[in-house]
Amino acid sequence: MNALEITNLVKTYASGTKALKSVSLTVPQGDFFALLGPNGAGKTTMIGVTAGLVNKTSGTVKIFGIDNSIEPERSRTMIGLVPQEINFNPFEKPLDTVVNQAGYYGIPRHIAIPRAEQILRDLGLYEKRLGRSMDLSGGMKRRLMIARGIIHEPKLLILDEPTAGVDVELRRSMWNYLKTLTTKGVTILLTTHYLEEAEQLCKHVAIINKGEIVANGTMEEVLQAHDTGPVEEGKYRGGRLEEVFLKLTQEK
Amino acid sequence: MTPREQWTAFYTIIRKDVVRMFRIWPQTFLPSVVTSSLYFLIFGAFLGSRIGEVHGVPYIMFVVPGLVMLAVVTNSYANTSFVMFSSKFFGRSIDEILVSPTPAWVLVAGYVAGGVIRGVLVGLLVLVVSLLFTSLVIHNLLVVLGFLFLTSVVLALAGLVNGVYAKSIDGINIVPTFVLTPLVYLGGVFYSAQTLPGVWGMITKVDPIFYIINGFRYGFLGVSDVPILYSSLLLIALAVVFLGMAVYLIHKGLGLKQ
Ligand SMILES: Nc1ncnc2c1ncn2[C@@H]1O[C@H](COP(=O)(O)OP(=O)(O)OP(=O)(O)O)[C@@H](O)[C@H]1O
Ligand SMILES: [Mg+2]
Repeated sequence: MNALEITNLVKTYASGTKALKSVSLTVPQGDFFALLGPNGAGKTTMIGVTAGLVNKTSGTVKIFGIDNSIEPERSRTMIGLVPQEINFNPFEKPLDTVVNQAGYYGIPRHIAIPRAEQILRDLGLYEKRLGRSMDLSGGMKRRLMIARGIIHEPKLLILDEPTAGVDVELRRSMWNYLKTLTTKGVTILLTTHYLEEAEQLCKHVAIINKGEIVANGTMEEVLQAHDTGPVEEGKYRGGRLEEVFLKLTQEK
Repeated sequence: MTPREQWTAFYTIIRKDVVRMFRIWPQTFLPSVVTSSLYFLIFGAFLGSRIGEVHGVPYIMFVVPGLVMLAVVTNSYANTSFVMFSSKFFGRSIDEILVSPTPAWVLVAGYVAGGVIRGVLVGLLVLVVSLLFTSLVIHNLLVVLGFLFLTSVVLALAGLVNGVYAKSIDGINIVPTFVLTPLVYLGGVFYSAQTLPGVWGMITKVDPIFYIINGFRYGFLGVSDVPILYSSLLLIALAVVFLGMAVYLIHKGLGLKQ
């Protein structure tokens, strides 16, 4: 069973921008999947269509076999989204932000409150739960969005640059946290610009460039298929994934 | 979603809105109370005695229902239009609901309920303040409550539609300033259409707010410029039209999704 199955997805914005040009992609259940690509490649657009925030132009998106335009309610229940941009109400308390989100999934407060407190504790936000969300630091805001994204126990968790602006130590604990989620059966799809980390952590990877998938497969497959050969004398060389990424996405 | 889950989502939307409106009460509840107190003072205490009676009741008693309606109309509309607009433009917190399985009609119902709670509460506050200046008579409580509730629903729905369409903060100010306020003032808050000559009387009679205010006033005083049946039917028709528009817009994601 695939957690996510995208077929020939096209998105042209009203402005005329072709953000996705017939993208196909599958994310197997239980995967830790990295969706990589330069700025403006179409990652957030693809995630938006999957989560039901962006109307697609054509193509299909299935979440655990359920077409998200035919059965939007069922498919949305299975997805948790951690968006790229901070989008909670800054005047609310972190605890309310998470508990209200549970409410939108039909989870009543008496169940949501203890669950939210546990998640906020796991993510190191428990002490801050009754302050104002706007007073959190940047990294804390990201973690609040993770807490909000998992409160309804989604089977597919999508994170759009969850580690942007997060310091090294926190990033490491965040990765570990996400790893433990996958051991509990959660499928994770994420975007990141930290290629070293993606290379180490992720099972599968897809690289998207200008609205088209340019590489897709297990990390090893992608690294081998696009190997960049030996190092040139005296030149900087990044990690293997970084070199493949640049080779595939740089202007020729 | 099961009906029970839908109820939880509905309750969540309302609760969040009520917490918000009480947190910023000087912006949500106070302004209408202050302005209507001034109206009561000026039209009741200062000018009322010179104006005399309208429809056989003292002028201050005549204006109370109109001023309550003024508060209900503006507050119901302002609540939904602002909440919808700001959740779209300030950080897009509307996405919290849009990613969830909450159906469009539950979202509409929740937002509208928030607008109704604010409109009705402010209306009741204004009514309480009026007791400082005059006594309360109620001709027909059912009519009073029915008009209070339905007017609030209609304006909350209209505000929601406005909030969905608005592309800038001006977009939610234009309608209240240039459409709603004139309609309310020309809708007979301060006068009976019977006292108006020719063309102004005609303009008043094509103003939907005029029928609403008269229906509401009938509930208190038992007097009206128009048959209460017309007022009731108009209000119900408006509710149906705006409800259809709101659910359609949000279901399609128009103005909300790219
Ligand atoms: N709401 C929108 N209206 C019009 N064009 C848009 C909109 N959102 C995104 N685009 C365009 O679609 C293309 C893809 O954008 P998208 O946000 O999906 O990229 P991304 O891969 O997430 O980039 P980043 O790494 O910078 O987050 C870009 O050219 C962008 O300008
Ligand atoms: Mg992006």
